[in-house]
Amino acid sequence: MAKLRMRQAIVAALADEMERDGSVIVFGEDVAAAGGPFKTSEGLLERFGRARVRDTPISETGFLGAGLGAAVTGLRPVVEIMFIEFLGVALDMLSTEAAKFRYLSGGKLSVPLVVRASAGSGLGFGAQHSQTLETWLYATPGLKLAVASGPRTAYGLLRAAVQDDNPVVVLEPRPLYGEREEVETGDAAVIPLGQANLCATGDDVTIVGLGQTVGTALRAAESAGWTADVIDLQTLLPWDRDTVFASVARTGRLVVVEESPRTGGWGTEIAAAVAGECFGDLTAPVTRITAPDVPVPFPPELEARYLPGPDYVRAQIDTLLDSGRLPVPWWETEGLGA
Amino acid sequence: MSPAAAPLEPDPMTLLPPERPVQLLDDEGALHEVDGFPLDLKDSDFRDLYRYMVLARRVDSEAINLQRQGQLGVYASLLGQEAAQVGGAYALAEQDWVFPSYREMGAALVRGVDPGSVLHLFRGTWLSNHDPIATRFGLLSIPIGTQALHATGYAMAAKFDGKDLVVMSYFGDGATSEGDPHEAMNFAAVYDAPVVFFVQNNQYAISVPLSKQTKAPTIAHKAVGYGMPGFRADGNDVLATYAVSRRAIDRARAGQGPSLIEAVTYRMEAHTTADDPTRYRTASELAEWKVRDPIARFETFLEREGLLDDAFRAEIDEEARGYATRMRAEVYDAPHGDPLELFEHVYVEPPERFDEQRALLRAELERRE
Ligand SMILES: Cc1ncc(C[n+]2csc(CCOP(=O)(O)OP(=O)(O)O)c2C)c(N)n1
Repeated sequence: MAKLRMRQAIVAALADEMERDGSVIVFGEDVAAAGGPFKTSEGLLERFGRARVRDTPISETGFLGAGLGAAVTGLRPVVEIMFIEFLGVALDMLSTEAAKFRYLSGGKLSVPLVVRASAGSGLGFGAQHSQTLETWLYATPGLKLAVASGPRTAYGLLRAAVQDDNPVVVLEPRPLYGEREEVETGDAAVIPLGQANLCATGDDVTIVGLGQTVGTALRAAESAGWTADVIDLQTLLPWDRDTVFASVARTGRLVVVEESPRTGGWGTEIAAAVAGECFGDLTAPVTRITAPDVPVPFPPELEARYLPGPDYVRAQIDTLLDSGRLPVPWWETEGLGA
Repeated sequence: MSPAAAPLEPDPMTLLPPERPVQLLDDEGALHEVDGFPLDLKDSDFRDLYRYMVLARRVDSEAINLQRQGQLGVYASLLGQEAAQVGGAYALAEQDWVFPSYREMGAALVRGVDPGSVLHLFRGTWLSNHDPIATRFGLLSIPIGTQALHATGYAMAAKFDGKDLVVMSYFGDGATSEGDPHEAMNFAAVYDAPVVFFVQNNQYAISVPLSKQTKAPTIAHKAVGYGMPGFRADGNDVLATYAVSRRAIDRARAGQGPSLIEAVTYRMEAHTTADDPTRYRTASELAEWKVRDPIARFETFLEREGLLDDAFRAEIDEEARGYATRMRAEVYDAPHGDPLELFEHVYVEPPERFDEQRALLRAELERRE
C-alpha cells in the first residue's frame, strides 16, 4: 500500500496492465512525451517505449476509430480523450461503431478498447470543459461505463476496464487528479465492473453517488443528524441494482447525488428503477440532488453554487427526513440551501 | 527542383504551393518584391502594421502578468506570432469577419476588439465581453478546429445573401489533423465560399511537434486535395503574411472561392500558462527562432525606410501603456459573476421556470443584503 494521488494511481494501473499484457498500448494527444495533460501517463514512454506509448495527431475520430480497428485484432488500446467534451467530435466511433461491432458481427468481433476521459466541474474551466456527459454514453448497449471516485477506484476500475473484452469508458473526475489516498495495487485491487461499493453504512437513507459526488455524499453524512448507506456506484453501465435495492430495502429512502443538470441526468435511471422496483420499501419520495439546468458557469463562486456541495446535500436530506416531502432544489426556493 | 527556382504562383493545374514560403522581407529587413504578391501599402500602413504588432506583444505580456498575479485562470500567448496574426487581419476589409481560436489576441486588436473584454474569457468573469457582431470577430473557439466550419457556414450564408464579405478562419497546425477543418475546406471549395483558411503553423500542438501531426510536405499542400490554392508565407514577415492574405482575400471577394494559407512561424511561449515546454523542446531550437523575431525584422525595414523615429516609438509606447492600464483596470479583481447570471443567456426566451427561479434568487439575494 502506498499513498497515491489519483493521477499516479492511473499511471500505476496502466503500467501494471502494460506489464501484465504486451498487447496493451496507450495513445492520445500529449500522452507520450509530455506524460499526459493531467500527468496520467507520466513515465510510460520511458518504460514501455514509443511503439506502445504514442502521441497522436489532434484527431479524436482518428484515435478512437484506429483504436477500434486495432482492438479488433486483439490489441488492447487505451486511448485518452483529454476532456470528455472532445468526445463530441468522435462520438460515432464509440457509440455507433465500437459498441456495435460485436453485435453486428454476431459475436465474431470483440472490441477490447478502453477510452479514458477527464470529466466534471469544480476547477473553473468554463462551460466547454466542465461537463460530465456520461449521459451521452448512457443509452448505449454494448458499452460499459465506469467512473472513478478517487485514487483507489481509479486504479481498480481502469485495470478491470483493460482486462474487459468490451469497449469500456472510464471517466476521471478532473478535480480529483490531485487527491491522495492509500491505494493497494496488484491483481487483488482490481474492481470488477458492474459492482457498486458500499462505502459507509447507516440506517436512515441510502445515498447513491458517482465520481466526485461520492466524496460529497460521504462528507455530507459525516456531521449529519442521520446515518446513511453511501453507495459508490463505480460502474454506471451496467449498474449494480442488487446493492442499491438491498440498501433501499433497509433504509426506505433513496437520495441520488449528481453533479450534472437535472434533466436527463444519470440519476433518473436509478430513481426510476428504485421507484418502480422498491415501491413497497419506500417511506419517502425518491430524491435527486443535482445541478440546475444551465451550462456549468465559469466564475468560481457560481460554479461552487452550481455543484451540489456537502452542506447543501446534508440540508436537502435534513428536509427530506424532517418533512417526509421532496426537498426543493436551491434554485427554486428562497432558502438557497446552505 | 531547387527551392529557389520554385515558382511562387500556384500552378492552376496542380494548385501546388511553392515549397519556399513567400518572403518579402529578408532576415536583414531588406524588401524584395515577389511576383504575384504585390504590396499595395502606404507609409501609414507600414506604421500601422508595426503599431499593431508592438501593441499585440505588449497586450500579450500584460495578460501573462495578469495570469501570474492570479487574475486570469489561464492564458494562451501569441508571442512570436504577431506578424502572422496582424498581417492576415490587416488585409481584411471593415465588413469582413474573423473566426478565431483562443490564441488570436493580435488579430483581435486589428479588428478593434478591446483586449480587456476578451480577457474576461480567461478570467472567468463572464464568457467573453466582446461583441462579435460589432467587431465581426467571432467567439474564441476552444474545441480545436471547429471554427473553420463556422467560418464556412458564415461565408456561404453571406454569399447567399449577396453580401460583399470575406471570412477568415484562424487555426493551428494541430487543428489540421481534426476532421472539422477538412470538412470545412471541402465544403468551402465545393460551394466557392469566400473563406480564407489561415493556419498559423507555430510548429507545436501543445507538446506534439508538426512532424507527428502530418506527413504532408507542407500544410499548404493539403489545399490541393480540395481544389483550392495553398499558399505558404514566412509567418514572421508581416509583409509576406499581409501580401499572401491580400491575394487570398481578393480571390475570395471576386467569387473565386477559398484558399488555404500556411504562415510558418513559431510559438515562443508555452502552449498556455499551464504548460511547461522544456519537457518537449530544446533551448537551442528556441534560440534559432528568437533571432527571426518578427518585430525586430520589421523594425530594421522601417528604419531603412526612415519610417521609425523616436517620436513614433514614444507614441506607440504611450499607446501600449494605455492599453495595459485599461486591461488591468478592466479585469483586475473584476467581480466574479452575479449569481443571477446563472440563468442568463441559456435560451433566447427563458422557460417560465427560469424566470421564476431567477426572481426567487433575486429576492433571496436582496433579503441577505
Ligand atoms: C477537439 C479538441 N481536442 C483536443 C483539445 C485539447 N487541445 C487544446 S489546444 C490543443 C493544441 C492545439 O494545437 P494547434 O492547433 O497547433 O494550435 P496552437 O495551440 O498551437 O495555437 C489541444 C490538443 C481541444 N481543445 N479540442
